[in-house]
Amino acid sequence: MSFLPFAVAAWLFVIGLWGVVSSQNLVRTVLCLIVTQSATYVLLLGIGYRAAGKAPIVADIPVVNTLVDPTVQVLVLTDIVIEATVVALLLALVVQAHKRFGSVDPAELRIMRG
Amino acid sequence: MSRRVRLGLFLLAGPGLAAVLVLGFRGLPAFGDYHGVYGRIVDNFALSARHATDFVTALNFDIRAFDTLGEEYILFAAAAGVALVLRGLREEGEGPHPAPPQQHGFAGASDALRSLALLLPPLLVGLGGYVVLHGALTPGGGFQGGVVLAAGPLGALVTGRYLAFKRIAPHSAVEALEALGAWAYAMLGLGGLVFASRYLQNYLPLGIPTHLLSGGFMPLNSIAVGLEVSGAFLLVWTEFLDQALISGRGDRS
Amino acid sequence: MTTVQAVALCVVALAGGAVVLVPDPLRQVFVLGVFGLSLTFLFFAFQAPDVALSEIVVSALALPLIVLAALRKIHQHERESEQEREER
Repeated sequence: MSFLPFAVAAWLFVIGLWGVVSSQNLVRTVLCLIVTQSATYVLLLGIGYRAAGKAPIVADIPVVNTLVDPTVQVLVLTDIVIEATVVALLLALVVQAHKRFGSVDPAELRIMRG
Repeated sequence: MSRRVRLGLFLLAGPGLAAVLVLGFRGLPAFGDYHGVYGRIVDNFALSARHATDFVTALNFDIRAFDTLGEEYILFAAAAGVALVLRGLREEGEGPHPAPPQQHGFAGASDALRSLALLLPPLLVGLGGYVVLHGALTPGGGFQGGVVLAAGPLGALVTGRYLAFKRIAPHSAVEALEALGAWAYAMLGLGGLVFASRYLQNYLPLGIPTHLLSGGFMPLNSIAVGLEVSGAFLLVWTEFLDQALISGRGDRS
Repeated sequence: MTTVQAVALCVVALAGGAVVLVPDPLRQVFVLGVFGLSLTFLFFAFQAPDVALSEIVVSALALPLIVLAALRKIHQHERESEQEREER
């Protein structure tokens, strides 16, 4: 039972990767990539958790409590916002590819021949 | 590589990857059994050393401020990349900003929607400012508050009038906002070099914990990152919505 | 591990599977919104309110707007090239 967070992280990673590999639409590829990235968030927060720990904010609880690790939360927090912008960049490339090749099917994005 | 070959390769390699992941994760300490040292040190000393009650923001903007500088510039580069790619999509003959279509063919929004569009922007900007400023005290900070700040002008989009949105958040102002945020963070770090002998070292008086002006330059860093994140998101939204709603052959109503 | 955390983890796993299995990108955007909400709940259960705030704000607000605008642009472009082909 205590392996559940890591199992969920592995599951999200593999199924997101399957979505990327099997998609026939580039926008779908990008959205499945988001699922893969969420696996890293679950993994990091699972590593930093401390049994019976409280959130690392001591505005209203005494400091002597056991607190959850704040370092991994910093990593995940900035990563979520940056992921949104990187997804935007990927989607801009998809729009550009659609304009160039006329389709968002990865199988039809042949390099220009000749 | 055709789709079938891709799927076949994945069916071969996928279970192997899953097995390796599960085996690797089994080597980790059990869930809840925390072994790290750095987290314990931060939990015990951040309040007395930095006078901040939110340790996540204290790590983000003070103790590991240098990492935040790098991440902020990733954001900046990604937004610049979006602008570069999408502006290159505009047809020849269009100027730097596409001309709005002459006719809308839009039936107009109800009064309820219009009053909502008037109420939402100041509310969201106020909430975003609150979240940004109270980063060192409660959950919040530049990154979260920046997105809420960017949602402010977006409230005007509730009525469907994209041009109203563009008037509230014009292109030049959005770009200037983002650049200002990025520059301000780097300059605050230079203050550390000048006054405290180390780049991004906290040099302002630390103040009393749980007061708004505490934590040294953490609120200032928070504001800089908040401005930059909101500018980046507004820029990305403007570019995409320009493409989707304005550019091209225009309205055919 | 509390029951709340276990339930949140199961919901996240189901929602992640649902995002991948939906075939149409437009519908995927909405399932992605639900996935973001379930992740927010999970982050709260893991005692990480900053992360939960960041996730809800991004997945409910920033991402759907970007994806929907991109989808609309692609759809518009497809319609225009179809019209061009009919005109010829």
